[in-house]
Amino acid sequence: MGRHVLVIEDEQNITAAITFILSRDGWDVSTHANGVDALEAVQARVPDVLILDAMLPGRSGYDILRDLRAAPDLQELPVLMLTARGQAKDRARALEAGATQFMTKPFSNTEVVDAVRTLGGL
Amino acid sequence: MSEARTGSRIRTRRLEKRMKQAELARAAGISASYLNLIEHNRRRIGGALLTRLAEALGVAPDLLAQGAEAALIERLEAAASAADDAQPELARSEEFSGQFPGWAALVAEQATRIAALDHALTRLGDRMTHDPHLAASMHDLVSIITSIRSSASILAETGDLSPEWRARFDRNIHEDSRRLSEAGAQLVAYLDAAGEATQDPVLSPIDEMVRAFEAAGPHIPELEQDGSPEAALHRIGQDLGPAAAALALRWLRQMQRDAERLPLTQLGPALAQHGPDPGALSEELDLPADVLLRRLAHLPPDMVPEPLGLVICDAAGALIYRRELPDFPVPHYDAACALWPLFEALSRPGVPIARDVATAGREARAFRTYSVASPAGRARYGGAARVEAVMLIRSHPDPGAEPARKVGPTCRICAHQPCAARRVDPLVAPGTT
Repeated sequence: MGRHVLVIEDEQNITAAITFILSRDGWDVSTHANGVDALEAVQARVPDVLILDAMLPGRSGYDILRDLRAAPDLQELPVLMLTARGQAKDRARALEAGATQFMTKPFSNTEVVDAVRTLGGL
Repeated sequence: MSEARTGSRIRTRRLEKRMKQAELARAAGISASYLNLIEHNRRRIGGALLTRLAEALGVAPDLLAQGAEAALIERLEAAASAADDAQPELARSEEFSGQFPGWAALVAEQATRIAALDHALTRLGDRMTHDPHLAASMHDLVSIITSIRSSASILAETGDLSPEWRARFDRNIHEDSRRLSEAGAQLVAYLDAAGEATQDPVLSPIDEMVRAFEAAGPHIPELEQDGSPEAALHRIGQDLGPAAAALALRWLRQMQRDAERLPLTQLGPALAQHGPDPGALSEELDLPADVLLRRLAHLPPDMVPEPLGLVICDAAGALIYRRELPDFPVPHYDAACALWPLFEALSRPGVPIARDVATAGREARAFRTYSVASPAGRARYGGAARVEAVMLIRSHPDPGAEPARKVGPTCRICAHQPCAARRVDPLVAPGTT
């Protein structure tokens, strides 16, 4: 079993593509599709890297990230934040909430794999 | 590729669709007379205008520009050049399209669709900040595009993809394409409704005035030979609000003064000899440069068959008058690109500046601009100095020219990097266009 990535993203087909490319890269990928119980999903099985969409049904990725950073055992968890908004203020908002890295849609598959490898310390 | 044949193809397609010339011209945002020149192969065409004509005709732009097989290979190569990380085997494009025509067409189709959306995103970016519904819709579109891009990339780049996975991503792309079409149609319907609304909350008096002048065409006959600006306003400005009508009257009076100083009878022969070249014309006509630039932008189309753009700003850099060229967009909400020669002129009043520029981005086009800043209004002792700068814009005589200076409409919808004049990050990040 490879290292674990959790993808929290509500666009099913984006999730499918990310799951495929990361699985082929040797990662063990699990997914979650809504914001309401996203924190519980992280705590149920803490991943090595978290990919978190900023706009989720039920709760924003920013709010989830703030709560996540408030938990002592999740403060160091590497988080790659995905968003369709690429403005400087959105980047600042993500980093302020505790994102380790910020990526703007549309991204390339290679970018995602490279970012996850880096965040996972590979 | 022969541009001469492009015009003929446009004409053929239009006739096949039983469209009138005026109808197609309106859909593409150009005059019928200009379309007529294009269709008779007397004007070169490419870039955004070709794309708009193709959209209006319901065909891919490259099918207008060349034959189907060459078009497919070129579209594949264009898709490859737009890729950031993938490195498709460019030398084998022909082999790929020959062996897998269906897959090749799919890749080309997705690339075309992404490019079209990218174009739409650029055009709409200026408005996004001011319209939350529009912004949300565009973000949905970007998410769908992301999904298509990732799935297409997997299909194109994974050599040993199992039939099950291939079927799944094929299905995902099909599904996303449908969602993209629906989302696009909803967006168009929303924008149409917004445009038709009688109470448009974002239409400024300047926008109102510009819309009325655009509808009237560049030349206002009432202003020639002792003409009456009031009569012209009565004809073209009946639907204008009080503020827009006052603005329109100000510019109509300016146009009338310009017509008095440079009558058509004097300008006509010089124009026939030199064409709309302010540099050559100013050598012959003893006139202030700003009068000549404004006059050239407001002549009858039969005197100046090529469309000319005009932008005027005040000393604060605010755009107070515009007559747009289709491929040289002017921002309606944000401040314009600081690299426009218009602003260079503002810093050197009285010095005419001729400068070649190219629009930044995928659909780069070259333009030749002529700018000058001059005192505006009547000078009064003790009164505040008022300066306005004028910039005339024409398509570059050499369409293949690559001027060193890259300019955009405004920072928010220009992805050109690095840019020393950038004020704010673009909506569309470099590399995604």
